[in-house]
Amino acid sequence: MPSPRSSDESVIEISKVSTRFGDHVVHSELDLDVRRGEIFALIGGSGSGKSTLLREMILLQRPDSGSIRVLGVDLDKIADGDVDRDALALRQRWGVMFQHGGLFGSLTVHENIGLPLREHTELDDALIDEIAAWKLAMTGLAPEVGAQYPSELSGGMMKRASLARALALDPELLFLDEPTAGLDPESAGEVDRLVRKLRDRFGLTIVMITHDLDLLWQLADRVAVLGDGTVQGTGSMSELAQSDKPTIRKFFEGPRGRAAHAQDEQNGTASWKAK
Amino acid sequence: MNPVPAAPAAIARPTPQEFALSGAWTARGMGAIAVQLSSLATPAGEELIVDGARIEALDTAGAWVLQSLLQQLRMAGSAVELRDLRPEFAALLEAMQHEMGESERSLPPRAHAPSMLAALGRQVVAAAEQGLALLSFVGECALALRQCIAHPTRFRWRPILYNVRTAGFDALPIVGLLSFLLGVVVAYQGANQLRQYGANIFVADLVGLSMLREFAPLITAIIVAGRSGSAYAAQIGTMAVTEEIDAMRTLGIPPLEMLVFPKFFALLIALPLLTVFADVLGVFGGMFMAGPTLGVGLDDFLDRLVKAVSVTSYLIGVGKAPVFAAIIVVVGCFQGFRTHGGADSVGRQTTRSVVQSIFLVIVADALFSVAFSALDL
Repeated sequence: MPSPRSSDESVIEISKVSTRFGDHVVHSELDLDVRRGEIFALIGGSGSGKSTLLREMILLQRPDSGSIRVLGVDLDKIADGDVDRDALALRQRWGVMFQHGGLFGSLTVHENIGLPLREHTELDDALIDEIAAWKLAMTGLAPEVGAQYPSELSGGMMKRASLARALALDPELLFLDEPTAGLDPESAGEVDRLVRKLRDRFGLTIVMITHDLDLLWQLADRVAVLGDGTVQGTGSMSELAQSDKPTIRKFFEGPRGRAAHAQDEQNGTASWKAK
Repeated sequence: MNPVPAAPAAIARPTPQEFALSGAWTARGMGAIAVQLSSLATPAGEELIVDGARIEALDTAGAWVLQSLLQQLRMAGSAVELRDLRPEFAALLEAMQHEMGESERSLPPRAHAPSMLAALGRQVVAAAEQGLALLSFVGECALALRQCIAHPTRFRWRPILYNVRTAGFDALPIVGLLSFLLGVVVAYQGANQLRQYGANIFVADLVGLSMLREFAPLITAIIVAGRSGSAYAAQIGTMAVTEEIDAMRTLGIPPLEMLVFPKFFALLIALPLLTVFADVLGVFGGMFMAGPTLGVGLDDFLDRLVKAVSVTSYLIGVGKAPVFAAIIVVVGCFQGFRTHGGADSVGRQTTRSVVQSIFLVIVADALFSVAFSALDL
């Protein structure tokens, strides 16, 4: 297995970001850094602003103050609007897998995957079809799935198809919103392997929101815990497990947290250390 | 993966044995490459050199094309040597080869268009199936309605009143305006003919009978089908897509009772009332026009109207309204319940509900006309 190409270069730099919805403060002076080539996870309780932060990183929402730089571009400098050139150029450099897939219901899976290529490149249709079929196969879906419509897919297939579409334009950066939520353990394990493969083979930087403790222990290089509007702690899971901050501790205490940790100690430490 | 825009991908042939690749071999840089690839002469059985030194960017799409090119050359029986590729690109190409080995290269089976006869057959079967389904929906509703009437405590008064307001009261302005305009049009169009015979006063007969018997019930039903029938289909359709209908069933609440009956009773009340309102405004529109175009004053018009229009005509018009109401609710809700899949399907079913309910309302109106003329009403 090639070693992770983690480097010190920052892909996402968030500094002093504050967001409010009316009187409700979501983020207050939040700082965060994501490095190139790492698998970065955002965790936090419900309402801790994980999804809002993700939406701010992918230009779907603006913070009230503070700056966010993604792939070296200051998002503040980019004009609002869906047709802005800079925004379009930047959006083609990242891929997003939405929690519920976000696949277009009126298109087949194959057409969904080919859509970004058709829209943004001048490749001919035959080549686009080949590339789309290959991306579909890469995410582990059978070729027949390509002809189906999103409403005919199971949850796991939907996530993979969505991932295949996010990968269509070869992004440098991949955002995953709850990649394993609602999946059976086997499908979750496959998503896990797929994400690792993407990082190892193609050097993608991956930012994900997840509650899946197994995924966190086995996949994430670094994890940021969000709470009370700021980052409570950042580090690998084993580092965070040592923390005594109560907001961080509550993720590791409780039967589920302990079980995932124990399981990881038993059979996961070898691979963990190998990294 | 290179953010800096590079020259587009290109293939040069310094010598027949050499392919010099250059530019950005990325999804966005390969716009012209397919043409070049297909026109590429592949010398067979020679030792070829593919020079990758000047490739400035490579992504998976580019690696795919490059890989296909190498395969194409090798298939032609040549020994191919790829050289001077940047190490990071070579790593990507290797990863790709690994991937391609793992996964089979196969395109999804293309759906081919059925022949005209097959398409016609399918349409007929689908229409027949839909007709049967509508009939069984009506049956289901009737059965549930019988149960509901046997236990009047299960009537949901609040949603009924809410629906009377949204489907009835809120529709007053648009129904009133349109039937007023319709009355104006009827009087205006009739004026010329009537004046020729000196039968000016009969404008009251024309407006009164046509509005009360035909136009008011019909225009009201059509507006309500467009306004409320579509809303019923969209509401129930969205609920079906988001599994709310299933949730309702598992909670032991019959969806028909919760969703269909309140609308049904509400429209049964609201549509006849709206029709009466349309009658009044329509006749008023005709009356308004009769003065300037035919010189028939308000008093004369009203005098004549009372003689010309019998109570039967009025009742026939209003009596059609409950039938139209039933059609609108049943078709709207039926199409809503047939929604499955996604947002797309909701739109499709909503369109269907409007088209079908207007169609059925007009068919029913035609049948009424035939029946009433047979009965000499």
